[in-house]
Amino acid sequence: MKIDFNHIQTAHCENGVTVNLLKHAGVSQITEPLAFGIGSGLFYIHIPFLKVNNGPAISFRTMPGLIFKRTCKALQIPVVRQKFNSKEQAQKVLDNCLETGQPTGCQVGVYYLTYFPKEYRFHFNAHNIIVFGKEEDRYLISDPVMEDFTSLSSYELERVRFAKGMLAPKGQIYYPTTKNNFDEKLLQTAIQSGIKRNVRDMLYIPGNVAGVSGIKYTANKIRKLRDKLGVKQAGLYLAQLVRMQEEIGTGGGGFRFIYAAFLQEAYQYINTDSLPKISEQFTQSGDLWRSAAVQASGIYKGRITSQSDFNDMANYLDEIAILEKNAFKNLSKIKWNN
Amino acid sequence: MKKKNIPQDPSALDTYTKDICYAIDENGNYTTVASRGWEVKSTALDVTWNDINARISEIKNKVKQGKASPIHFFMELKLMDIKTLAAYTGFWQWQVKKHLKPANFNKLSDKKLQKYATVFEITVDELKTMEQDENRF
Repeated sequence: MKIDFNHIQTAHCENGVTVNLLKHAGVSQITEPLAFGIGSGLFYIHIPFLKVNNGPAISFRTMPGLIFKRTCKALQIPVVRQKFNSKEQAQKVLDNCLETGQPTGCQVGVYYLTYFPKEYRFHFNAHNIIVFGKEEDRYLISDPVMEDFTSLSSYELERVRFAKGMLAPKGQIYYPTTKNNFDEKLLQTAIQSGIKRNVRDMLYIPGNVAGVSGIKYTANKIRKLRDKLGVKQAGLYLAQLVRMQEEIGTGGGGFRFIYAAFLQEAYQYINTDSLPKISEQFTQSGDLWRSAAVQASGIYKGRITSQSDFNDMANYLDEIAILEKNAFKNLSKIKWNN
Repeated sequence: MKKKNIPQDPSALDTYTKDICYAIDENGNYTTVASRGWEVKSTALDVTWNDINARISEIKNKVKQGKASPIHFFMELKLMDIKTLAAYTGFWQWQVKKHLKPANFNKLSDKKLQKYATVFEITVDELKTMEQDENRF
């Protein structure tokens, strides 16, 4: 059985699953930037004391699952979401969904994901894919970061759905149900509330590790890194930062560009003059994140290793923090029409 | 970032897929471009893997010197930490921690060893002897 399903490749897995599932549900206007912006996907958090693969725990996006949840909610589309204790039950429910013609989102771990290159397979459990059919023992998969459809045997799918450890998916499935009458007004409101929530997350979370103040927190860490860890370990730390930034789900630079694209698209729905200008600020921020990554790579390649090189890296982040703070301040100043 | 500046460097993604990148075109409008990869990124990944491989061979030596148990070696080889290994085997974290010590490892029952072997995708013999071709993974 195979559901007629359209696969669009995206930069980020959760955006992609959201876009592909919503398009299937009939929301033809949805695009990756819109889903990301309505779901208030842009974020920054440096979780202190926690180590991931012996490096810092930094995220450039909001918590896994939230983009899908918020976007559907804003568009007033009810969502079905289910976790399982039993693997048999998990497979049965998925099979039922497919039989009723419902493409189904699954949270999976990437370590046992056979179609991924080995170099990318870590114990990361918040990847998202869509299952849209089953032919004999093979499930047909739309993985938003792959160029084309792929497939997994029932055993392989069960294994990734029941990956263990941090953020264990527990077989979780989710999909949007029927869509209500959908008009442009709703999309406008969704865009506005997405922007407002993102302003709150980046500017007003108390403490110094989340939002723009989190970027400064990392900058200060980097200044002390060389004395604290030595050049080699400090390099590994920065390599981890860059992987978090650019690799694990498209990362910091990438997310800033997607947000800039979102503001451009938002301008087509909401005629607010400042949006294109603010979009440019996010493009600038994305460019700066990339320059920071280039600087970091000089350090982890061992090409530049002095304290002033670490300071330069930290200065990039400080500059980014100021830039993003201004950009979000500008967004918060927008007078919405309704 | 401008469309024409999207890097197209060789990467581990080659033959698997391409990265979708958002960039601005000549008119300042956002569009998407497929990228092979970016050297800055792939070096970060290489650096991480070199570190992992160094850690694996360090643990291997420790096991040979009787300072660590083979479970520790396979845990590193499978990129797991104590928490993840505990979740996959069903042991408590303090038990796994205990089993990482050679003296405790030698006292483990075959039943418990089998649990580890299953998670590591090896036989109990391979777990004990560590005679296991690392290239198989």
